[in-house]
Amino acid sequence: MLKEKILKAIDKNSKLTPKELAIMLGSTEEEITRLIGELEADTIICGYPTLINWDKTQDERVTALIEVKVTPQRGQGFDRIAERIYKFDEVESVYLMSGGFDLTVIIEGRSMREVANFVSGKLAPMEAVLSTATHFVLKKYKEHGLPLVQENQEERMLITP
Amino acid sequence: MRDPISKKTAEIKPSGIRKFFDIVSEMKDAISLGVGEPDFDTPWHIREEGIYSLEKGRTFYTSNAGLKDLKIEIAHYLRRRCGLSYDPNHEMIVTVGGSEAIDIGLRAMLDPGDEVLIPQPSYVSYLPCVQLADGVPVIIELKEENEFRLTKEELLAAVTDKTKILILPYPNNPTGAVMGEEDLKEIAEVVVSKDLYVISDEIYSELTYGGRHVSIASLPGMKERTILINGFSKSYAMTGWRLGYAAGPAAIIAQMLKIHQFAIMCAPTTSQYAAVEALRSGDPDVEMMRDAYDKRRRFLVHELRRIGLPCFEPRGAFYVFPCIREFHMTSDEFATRLLTEEKVAVVPGTAFGECGEGFLRISYAYSIDNLKKALQRLERFVGRLKEEQK
Repeated sequence: MLKEKILKAIDKNSKLTPKELAIMLGSTEEEITRLIGELEADTIICGYPTLINWDKTQDERVTALIEVKVTPQRGQGFDRIAERIYKFDEVESVYLMSGGFDLTVIIEGRSMREVANFVSGKLAPMEAVLSTATHFVLKKYKEHGLPLVQENQEERMLITP
Repeated sequence: MRDPISKKTAEIKPSGIRKFFDIVSEMKDAISLGVGEPDFDTPWHIREEGIYSLEKGRTFYTSNAGLKDLKIEIAHYLRRRCGLSYDPNHEMIVTVGGSEAIDIGLRAMLDPGDEVLIPQPSYVSYLPCVQLADGVPVIIELKEENEFRLTKEELLAAVTDKTKILILPYPNNPTGAVMGEEDLKEIAEVVVSKDLYVISDEIYSELTYGGRHVSIASLPGMKERTILINGFSKSYAMTGWRLGYAAGPAAIIAQMLKIHQFAIMCAPTTSQYAAVEALRSGDPDVEMMRDAYDKRRRFLVHELRRIGLPCFEPRGAFYVFPCIREFHMTSDEFATRLLTEEKVAVVPGTAFGECGEGFLRISYAYSIDNLKKALQRLERFVGRLKEEQK
């Protein structure tokens, strides 16, 4: 129960310290530290990335979403082919899908050419891959539940009864 | 030329927060902990329903008492949350915020000279509304040692032959106090034995921490003596939509409706459609916001105590009410200095009644990051005051 509360509290803000979490959730710092340790060991907490809007930096990046149709392999289903794909550094996310295709692969590259090279050179030629359809991301609005575009400024009056 | 202003209006004192508002609006980089409204936007599905109603051209008056669908949803809500059953056709009226319900409730019930008991510190509008309705306000000064709850003894001491109405403002703005079922039972006994009516302002009912809100109307013999006032501003973060309601005995509601239909006609139609959606599927939003407030509440109470501003633990609304008596200055002086020296705006307790002297109202309807910034400045200020006192 407390573990779930911790997860909910840090889901959108991993900067909260164990001490702050202890105050907010009515627990002790030691207890919070212990529980976070357990959550990390159980790979329930898998990392603490930072949500960055790269569009606002000098760093050029291109994100693409690729629909992949594959042949599942006997005894291993989609897991083996998914693993072969997600091990590439360029790959941000891989999801197994229901519906018209099998895997969603999200990749990030420095240029469209780099993405194209990855798809034609690495992904498409894989034996289990039947087809790919690549969609480039034009603008990111929201990720991980957080808006990447400028939200409205505080509009409340500063003092109200 | 004759004086255009009525004596009654001229005698109403302006709100005590005006001065701070004027200073803070002129100030750059001020951090305010002074608001009395949620920092969340109205949940999108509720806003979207309002937009849809406009697209559909639902831009006409509704019936005076409010949309039938909305009143039915309010009735469901009061049953599910408070175990109360009200007839949506005769025992309910949709108003322009809880504020209007307070005003027309008093106007419908008071004759000149009738006394109204107002526990303070409490919301700023009760007293002027009583005065405007020709009632006589009688203040009950609540005490910190009772965690600002109203006690049976305090109530009994204030009741006279002329007392007609008790205003019961819980969960409380500005103290954050709540009244539990046992506290309410004691009050209800007095109300029944002295033949009083209660205007129960439950606008913060969804924001209680560590125990569900209990309405005094749900106690035996109290439904026929209570005007229950609630609304959408605090629970669904809908302050600007201006929507509240009153539920109570049909005879009183009928008279309130008379005033409402001549003064207001009906509550805003767009807001009413949005509110139907809020009541039908807004429970998860309320829970999410309550959770967020609760974390900030614990954080703020802990930090205030740590930097040396004692406060009792508030269990409702979104305010902490710390005591500043040890610094030997008035609430107003403290708040003014804090604003000019550290650019942090809080509201002096005296804005909510004279017995708020020695206290500040600090709102936690702000993000944790904002609270942290303000607390750093407050800590520096308190440190300096302590140095000065040496």
